[in-house]
Amino acid sequence: MFTQLLVNGLVTGSVYAIAAVGISLVYGILRLVNFAYGDMMTFGAFAGYFANATLGLPMIASAVFAMVAGAVLSVALDVVLWRPLRLRRAGFMGLFLASIGVALVLRQAILLVWGPQPRAYDVDPFKVYVIGDVRLSLAQVATIVAAAAAILVIGLFLARTTTGRVMRAMSDDRALAQVSGIDVDRVVVVTWIISGVAAGLAGVLAALVQSSFDPNFGFQLLLPVFAAVVLGGIGSAYGALAGGLVLGVATELSTWEGFGGGVDPVYKPVVAFVVLIVALLLRPQGLFGHARTV
Amino acid sequence: MSVLTSGEFWAFVGVVAGIYTLFTLGLQVQFGLAGLLNFGQVGFMAIGAYTMAILVAKEGWSMWVATPVAIAAAALAGVLVGLPTLRLRGDYFAIVTIAFSEIVRWVATNENGLTGGAQGTINLAGQGTAAQYNGQWERFQRWVGAQLHVGDKDVVMLILVWTAALLLVWLTARLARTPWGRVLRAIREDEDATASLGKHVLAYRLQALALGAALAGLAGCVYAWQFSFFSPDDYQPLITFFGWMILILGGVGRVWAVPVGALVFGFLFAATRFFDFAPFSYLDSADRAYVRLMLIGLVIILLVVFRPQGLLGRRDEMVLE
Repeated sequence: MFTQLLVNGLVTGSVYAIAAVGISLVYGILRLVNFAYGDMMTFGAFAGYFANATLGLPMIASAVFAMVAGAVLSVALDVVLWRPLRLRRAGFMGLFLASIGVALVLRQAILLVWGPQPRAYDVDPFKVYVIGDVRLSLAQVATIVAAAAAILVIGLFLARTTTGRVMRAMSDDRALAQVSGIDVDRVVVVTWIISGVAAGLAGVLAALVQSSFDPNFGFQLLLPVFAAVVLGGIGSAYGALAGGLVLGVATELSTWEGFGGGVDPVYKPVVAFVVLIVALLLRPQGLFGHARTV
Repeated sequence: MSVLTSGEFWAFVGVVAGIYTLFTLGLQVQFGLAGLLNFGQVGFMAIGAYTMAILVAKEGWSMWVATPVAIAAAALAGVLVGLPTLRLRGDYFAIVTIAFSEIVRWVATNENGLTGGAQGTINLAGQGTAAQYNGQWERFQRWVGAQLHVGDKDVVMLILVWTAALLLVWLTARLARTPWGRVLRAIREDEDATASLGKHVLAYRLQALALGAALAGLAGCVYAWQFSFFSPDDYQPLITFFGWMILILGGVGRVWAVPVGALVFGFLFAATRFFDFAPFSYLDSADRAYVRLMLIGLVIILLVVFRPQGLLGRRDEMVLE
């Protein structure tokens, strides 16, 4: 039972981690807490649904389609909204509120196009792999594999490529990065592309794992993902990855009987926040944040 | 468009705007005065409403005792939330407060024995008995109506809500000009400088958070009386966002802008429900609801882009240095 819960936690945590990186990178570069991210994940899931169910593409191609759609949406939003707001020097409040507005518009648009009924991808929900005493659905295996690949790619990108280093430099000290001659506009576009791809991927994976999804499901994922971002330290990409995995595992393991009888599963979402609040009491800047910026 | 000429409709819009005035006044104290990004205001509203309803319907308390206790409970919740989290940076605080309001809603949905669960207050006294918490309020409303020679229940409610709202707006505006209000604004502008003058920054922030939470608790009680029934679904984070929209619409830092913003919002929100002309007439009622929320989202975005200072506010409140 313990190993099963641990593996389930890794699956949930992988989805949180990918989404948390998407939010954290944008915060690091643009100081924007993107409240529309949950609905961007929903958009990704429905773009994947369009490719999978309407166009009849296989699941992997549909996931790629969703990632591209997520990137297009997030660059488009930068052009029509975030860039003008930056030019108008909007403060934290203004950006946060605008992202709430985007979240509302996006979700209602998805509801208008696809309706409120739950949807599911065209995959076999009954195919199960058994490894020892752990049972994994096809969707869970796909999620772990895809998430491991995504985490590796993002990690290598940030650590090894010039663009990745520039992004980390900008999120550490924006002014210093600018005077070093960094092309800020290019970095911003790259950031939005990565964030959008992550939204598309996280949306499809989350939809696969819970097997059916509706236009509200991304928003319901948003709060634990935010918890992961804060736990890791806002703006730290590595922190977001770690925060996502820690929260995913912690929420699933909290229901284990060996853990004082286990928490009632309906309270799983609350566990994420209790973990977050306790962690913030001990380390107000998050696991990977810098103390001076708090 | 006949609905727009009915007095009942306008009384309803006015009552909703009055409740939002109380709710947003709390945000004005927290953000306009103290600079706190509380995005969990609806959680305090829920605590006020549920405390009042539970004490009256289950414990048999008098409404006149239960309501102050409910408001105090909301304020206490503000202190409890603030103690561990107010040391955090603003953006962390914003996210943690949203989380708090979702936890409140989650608990209200799942603790059937305490709150009646997802079915709401009708289930407060357990299955099979329809619980009621507003008998005493309705008697009070009829009594006020008789004193004022006003027969219409909605109009009496309108008078009561706005009397309370305007009184509290006036008190808050007075409070903003006291030394206490000045210290709060000083903390908002420069925390370190204020601390160096020997002011206990955390204590002042806690007081602002608790006061704002108490106002939300009162808004919750009034909301409960107006609609005679509520369920956890009435306390979605969306309500908090509406409050912030009203705050920005009116103007941050201007206490008297809150009722103005609430009236404009109340009209936008309630009136769009009755749009029955083209292109709205092509949509069915569910789609129309989506379009309404979409329009509200668009209004929020356009406000932030084109008029971040709101109708009556100062621009420098919303723009980076």
